[in-house]
Amino acid sequence: MEPKQQIREFLSRFIRDHQLADDEDIFATGYVNSMFAMQLVQFVETTFGIAVESEDLEIDNFRTVDAIAALVGRKQGAAV
Amino acid sequence: MSSLEAAPAPVAWQPAEGGLRTGLGAAQENARRQFAAWTDREVAPFAGEWDRAGATPRSVIERMAAEGFLGAVVPAELGGTGWDAVTFGLLNEELGRGCSSIRSLVTVHSMACHAIARWGSRAQKEAWLPAMARGERIGAFGLSEPEVGSDAGAIGTTAELDGDAYVLRGTKKWTTYGQIADVLLCFAKADGKPLAMLVDLHAPGVTVEPLTVHGTRASMVAQITFDGVRVPKSDRLAGPGFGLGVALSVLELGRYSVACGCVGILRACLDASASYAATRVQGGSVIGLHQLVQAMLADMATDWRAARLLCLHAGWLRDQNDPDAAREVFHAKYFASTAATRAALSAVQIHGANGLTDDYPVERLLRDSRVMEIIEGSTQIQQVTLGRWEVERGASDGVKTAQAQAGGAVGHATSRQVGAGASTQAPGLSG
Repeated sequence: MEPKQQIREFLSRFIRDHQLADDEDIFATGYVNSMFAMQLVQFVETTFGIAVESEDLEIDNFRTVDAIAALVGRKQGAAV
Repeated sequence: MSSLEAAPAPVAWQPAEGGLRTGLGAAQENARRQFAAWTDREVAPFAGEWDRAGATPRSVIERMAAEGFLGAVVPAELGGTGWDAVTFGLLNEELGRGCSSIRSLVTVHSMACHAIARWGSRAQKEAWLPAMARGERIGAFGLSEPEVGSDAGAIGTTAELDGDAYVLRGTKKWTTYGQIADVLLCFAKADGKPLAMLVDLHAPGVTVEPLTVHGTRASMVAQITFDGVRVPKSDRLAGPGFGLGVALSVLELGRYSVACGCVGILRACLDASASYAATRVQGGSVIGLHQLVQAMLADMATDWRAARLLCLHAGWLRDQNDPDAAREVFHAKYFASTAATRAALSAVQIHGANGLTDDYPVERLLRDSRVMEIIEGSTQIQQVTLGRWEVERGASDGVKTAQAQAGGAVGHATSRQVGAGASTQAPGLSG
């Protein structure tokens, strides 16, 4: 499964009755809270085998499906 | 103690500690015995003296560091002992039995270490963690403010970016061991969103004022004011928007530590009360023969067992990175802290007027137990959080039931309404 699809599926557990666009601001939907942000980080780390560190903990890296997929791509690329 | 990583000798059969079989592994049981012996020798005899002095001697902290207690959550490759969650819980339990202030040092220092180990960059880890594990740098947790307690999202401390540094302004209150801490895991708002940073408490512009509290009196609580303190951007742990998440993840460790410490308070109340009841003579017999005293001892002994098992369960889940660990830590802390208060009240009652003097430890245990119902999420925050989770579960189950009845045509409106109500409030604070 491609990363964006995995990310969409994870997000659908929290944002249930709203079709989220890939460039839509997750945090502006009003569906999620602060703890969700850390659950999202944990999901990204375990699913894609990357380590999210302090310099990655920027809201812009997690704001949209596109942004998360881009972060994953950068981190995986850097690890190769 | 730091040699715990070496393969331990098998534990020969012995009577279960306090009659409670817990399924601990050999290494964990060996560790518990070492923690207990250390507490009996180095902590319990002096806890009253430290409490009256309102301070923890530096020599005690140095000995704790030498035993590996201050590196308990620091990975071995960075100089720590890197104990598993259950072993960390046992450390807190035994230290908490001897002195809640000493246990509080392990709590807040470990929270700061954990934040760096979990979220820090390689450079931050190498800069801080080895020295913190050796006890050369003491860490503390800075979230609460004079006007901000449980509502962590409302923090007023600000961090304004100026070149390569943040300029920090504001005040943190109730900072446990703030009087001697070297580095503060501090939460402030940048552009209106919380971030997390490591603040050198020896930097220009930092003012530390001791506070007097009447529980965990030796824990050297402070109010810390930042007047234009420049914090290098490289000391930022999490950017704006992630600070509160870091706080909540760190608070889970703190909550677990406090819950285990409460198990220690329960045991201390039970031991003191059982001993007193077995020797105090009134009306020609020891008071332990009076059934109303026995009832209090029975409740205490049962609560100790229940609290201990809840903490061990939460620790096992944390060790397995089980997503249910967060909820189980809430349950453990809620039960253990409220049970500790019940036990301390009964302990004072059993001791009569003696229980209100510092000739006996129970008045200190009572003052300390009250703190435990306030820090790392007050009892009411625990109740609201646990109750809300049950409502969410009920709503989710209701949807499933309705789906089954309607052939899967029911939406998620009910569960979404409940889920969206999940607060951004931090579930309580201790510093």
